[in-house]
Amino acid sequence: MLRLDDVSVRFDGPAGRAALDGVDLDVAEHETVCVLGPSGSGKSTLLRVVAGLQAPDTGRVLLAEHDQRGVPAHKRGVGLMFQDHQLFPQRDAGANVAFGLRMHHVPRAEQDARVRELLDLVGLPGAARRAVASLSGGEQQRVALARALAPRPRLLMLDEPLGQLDRSLRERLVVELRALFGELGTTVLAVTHDQGEAFALADRVVVMREGRIAQSGTPLDVWQRPADAFVARFLGFDNVVPAAVAGEAADTAWGKLPVPPGSAQGSHDLLVRPAGVRLVAAADGLACTVTARTFRGTHVAVHLRPEDAAAPRLEAACALRDAPEPGARVGVVFDVADVVVLG
Amino acid sequence: MAVAGPEVDATARSTTKDVRGSALRLGLLVVPVAFFAVFFAYPVAAIVARGLKTGDAWQFGRLADVLAEPDLQQVLWFTTWQALASTGLTLLVALPGAYVFARYDFPGKQLLRAVVTVPFVLPTVVVGTAFLALLGRGGALDELWGLRLDTTVWAILLAHVFFNYAVVVRTVGGLWAQLDPRQEEAARMLGASRFAAWRKVTLPALGPAVAGAALMVFLFTFTSFGVVQILGGPTFTTLEAEIYRQTAQLLALDTAAALTLVQFAAVGAILAVHAWTVRRREAALRLVDPAQTARRPQGPAGWALLGGVLLTVLLLVLVPLGVLVERSLHPSTGYGLDYFSALTSADGGAFLVPPIEAIANSVEYALAATAIAVTVGGLAALALTLTRRGGTTAGRFVRGFDALLMLPLGVSAVTVGFGFLITLDEPPLDLRASWILVPLAQALVGVPFVVRTMLPVLRAVDERLREAAAVLGASPWRVWREVDLPLVRRALLVAAGFAFAVSLGEFGATVFIARPDQPTLPVAVATLLGRAGELNYGQAMALSTLLMLVCAVSLLLLERIRTDRTGEF
Repeated sequence: MLRLDDVSVRFDGPAGRAALDGVDLDVAEHETVCVLGPSGSGKSTLLRVVAGLQAPDTGRVLLAEHDQRGVPAHKRGVGLMFQDHQLFPQRDAGANVAFGLRMHHVPRAEQDARVRELLDLVGLPGAARRAVASLSGGEQQRVALARALAPRPRLLMLDEPLGQLDRSLRERLVVELRALFGELGTTVLAVTHDQGEAFALADRVVVMREGRIAQSGTPLDVWQRPADAFVARFLGFDNVVPAAVAGEAADTAWGKLPVPPGSAQGSHDLLVRPAGVRLVAAADGLACTVTARTFRGTHVAVHLRPEDAAAPRLEAACALRDAPEPGARVGVVFDVADVVVLG
Repeated sequence: MAVAGPEVDATARSTTKDVRGSALRLGLLVVPVAFFAVFFAYPVAAIVARGLKTGDAWQFGRLADVLAEPDLQQVLWFTTWQALASTGLTLLVALPGAYVFARYDFPGKQLLRAVVTVPFVLPTVVVGTAFLALLGRGGALDELWGLRLDTTVWAILLAHVFFNYAVVVRTVGGLWAQLDPRQEEAARMLGASRFAAWRKVTLPALGPAVAGAALMVFLFTFTSFGVVQILGGPTFTTLEAEIYRQTAQLLALDTAAALTLVQFAAVGAILAVHAWTVRRREAALRLVDPAQTARRPQGPAGWALLGGVLLTVLLLVLVPLGVLVERSLHPSTGYGLDYFSALTSADGGAFLVPPIEAIANSVEYALAATAIAVTVGGLAALALTLTRRGGTTAGRFVRGFDALLMLPLGVSAVTVGFGFLITLDEPPLDLRASWILVPLAQALVGVPFVVRTMLPVLRAVDERLREAAAVLGASPWRVWREVDLPLVRRALLVAAGFAFAVSLGEFGATVFIARPDQPTLPVAVATLLGRAGELNYGQAMALSTLLMLVCAVSLLLLERIRTDRTGEF
C-alpha cells in the first residue's frame, strides 16, 4: 500500500539536521502501523512527507506502487488527522466532516448521509450542528477522526491521535479505534510518543530515533526483545548495563548474570526487566540499599543502589506486601527469564 | 502536544523553499507594485524632476539654496518642534489612558474606546474646524471668557493631541492589555517594589510599542496639513502647508520640489526607525487574553486615575466635537437649521453647485477609493503573509515593499495631487478629465491602513489549518477560499471601513484634483472657511458636522465587527 524508499529530509539546507535519515518503511493493505519515538525523532515529518506537505530531499514515496513525486497533497487521497485536530473553527461539526466530501464533489444528499453515518460511527450521533468551540477535547478528537475518514482515504494517518486527552478517555478510545479500524479495514499509519498507545493500537510498531528506524516488529516482539539500549530505555526499562557474554553467563557491574541459551556472544548491553530482579537476604545476592519506592498500582517499583558504587542503580518490581522500606539493606538475584541480551 | 512544537515549526519553515511559492508571491505583488509605480512613484518623481531639472540638467544646487532661505528654515524648524511637542504632549495625555483602557474594567468601556477613536478617522479639516469653533475668534471660549488660542501654537498642538490620542491608546494599550500581569507579580515575589517591578518588567516590554506609537504620532504631525491650514494662520506653517502654498499660490515648483525631497527624506528616516521598532515589538513576549488582565479599579488612586482619564476624554474629545455641532446649529438668529438649509443652494457663491452635493461626491469617491485600496492592499498583505515563511532574496524584497507601502502616509499628499495633474494628462493615462483621478489618490492613503489591518489577521491563520484542508482534497485556491477568507472576512470589512474613512477625509491631494463642480466634503469645508462672512463660516460648521457624523457612524459600525487582532493603528 505505502512504501518509503530511502527517504531523507533535512532542514535548513543539505548540511542541516536530518529529520528523516534514509527511512525505509512498508505498510501493507489493512495493516495498522504505529511509529513510536520521542519528540524530535522525525515522526511528524514522516507523516508530512507521505501526505505531500513536505517534499523529501532524497528517496521515494510510493502509494499503491505509484511514485508520488510532484503529486500535491490534495491529490494524494490520503487522510491526515493532525495532532491538535485543526478543526475549521468557523464551521460546525457536520460541516467539518463534510469538508472532504465537498472537495471531492460528492452530491449533497450523499454528503449528509455520510456525515450522519460517520458521526454515529465515532460516537457523536446528532452532533452535526454543534459549534467546534462547544466540543470537548475528546469530542473534537472524534470529529477530526470522522473528518479524516469521510472521503474514504486509501491510507489514514494519525499524528499523536490521543495525545491531548486525559488518561481514562485515552484508554477507552484506543480500544474503540482498534475495533473501528478492524471493522473498516482501513490502512493506518499512526505516530505517537506513548508506548502504551502504540502497543494497544498497532499490528506493527516502528521505533524511531533521530530520523532513523531503530526497530520494527510486532508489539510483543518489540516489548520482549528491544533491539538496543535506546529502545529499551525508551520503553521505560532502566536496568540496562554493559556486559561481556560468554556461553550462558554474562559479566556485568552487577556481577555474573545468567542469560538465556542462544544469546549473542561478546560485548553487548544487557537488559533485566524489573520483574526479573528478585529481592533476597543481603548476604544471598548483590548487596543493595533501598533508596525509594514508587507505587505503580499493581506492584511497587523498588529503587535500589548497589553498595558497589561503580554499578548502575536497579529497579525491581515487588508485590505490595513484599516491598522493603527505604533504607533497608537487601540482596538481589536475577531471573534468567527476564534477562535480555540487546543488539 | 507542546513538546512536538519545534518539529512542526521547522517543517513549516522549510516547505516554502519551494519555487512555486515565490512565483505566487511575486505574482500577487504585480498589482500593488504596478499601482504604486504608476500612481505614486511616477507622479512624485515627475514633480521633483519638474522642480529640480532645467533642460536635461539636474539642479541639485536648488536644494541647498532652498534650505538656506531663512523663511524656509523657519518652516522646517517649526515643523519639527511642533511635531516633537505634539508627540510629547500626546504621550503625556494618552499614556494614562492606555493604562486605564488596558487594565481597568468599567461600564461603558467599549463605547468609550470607540469614542476616543472617532477623532482618528475624522478628516483633518473637521478637526481644524472643531478647534476653530472652540478656540477661535467668536468661538465658544471666546464668547464665554474672551479666551482665544487660534493665534497661538496651542490650538495646533491641542488639535494634534485630539487627533492622535487614539493612536497611543490603541497601540500601547492594546499590547499593555495582553502583557501577563503575573510577570510583574513574579518580580514582586522576588522582592521588587511595585514601581521597580513595573520599571523592570512592564516598561521594557512596553518600550517598543511606546516608541512605535510615538513615531506614528510624530509622522502624522510632522506632515500635518489640514489642521495647520485652518488653525495655523499666516504665522504657523508646516512643511506640507508650505509645499501647498509654494505650488498652488506662488507656482514656485522648484522650491516645492526641494521641500518635497526634504520631507521625503525625513519621512523615510521616521519610517525606517518605525520598522525597526515593529520588529522589536514582534520579539517574543508572553501575551495573554486581554479579558484576563482587566479588573475593577482599586483604591482611591485607581478611581482617581479612571476619573482623570474620563475627564480628559470629555474635555479633549467630546467638548470640541460638541462645540462644532453647537456652532452649526447656532446662527445669529438663534438655534436652527439655517446653515444646513443654506447648504442646499448654490447662492452662497462659494461653489458652482449647492455645497450639499459634496456629500454625494465624497461618498461616491470614497467608495471607489475603498474598492481600489482593498484590492491593492489585500493583495499586498497576502503576498507579505506568504513571505514570512521564506528567508530568500524574494522574501527580503517583499519585506522592503512592506516598508514602502507605508510611504504614502508620510509623503506630501499635496505633491501627489499635483503630480497627478502633471503626469496623468497624456495617453495612455490621460485621466485628467476622469472622475477616477480622485479615488486613485485617496486609495493611495487608504492602502497602508488596509495592509496594517489585514496583515496580523492573515498571519494569525494557522498554517496547519490550510494543510488540513489540502489533505482533505482542497486545491490551493480552494484552500484560500475555504480557510483564509472566512477567517479574514471581518478584518476585510474593518480594513474597508478604515479605507473609507480615510478616503472620505483625504484633503491634501484631493484639494488639487477635485474639479470645482465636484468638490468633496473636506474641500468644500476648506473653501467655505477661506471666505469671509458668517454664512460661510456656519456652512463650514454644518458640513463638518455632517462629515463627522458619516465618519463616526462608519467607525461605530466597525467597532462592532472589529476583531481584537486588528490593532496596529
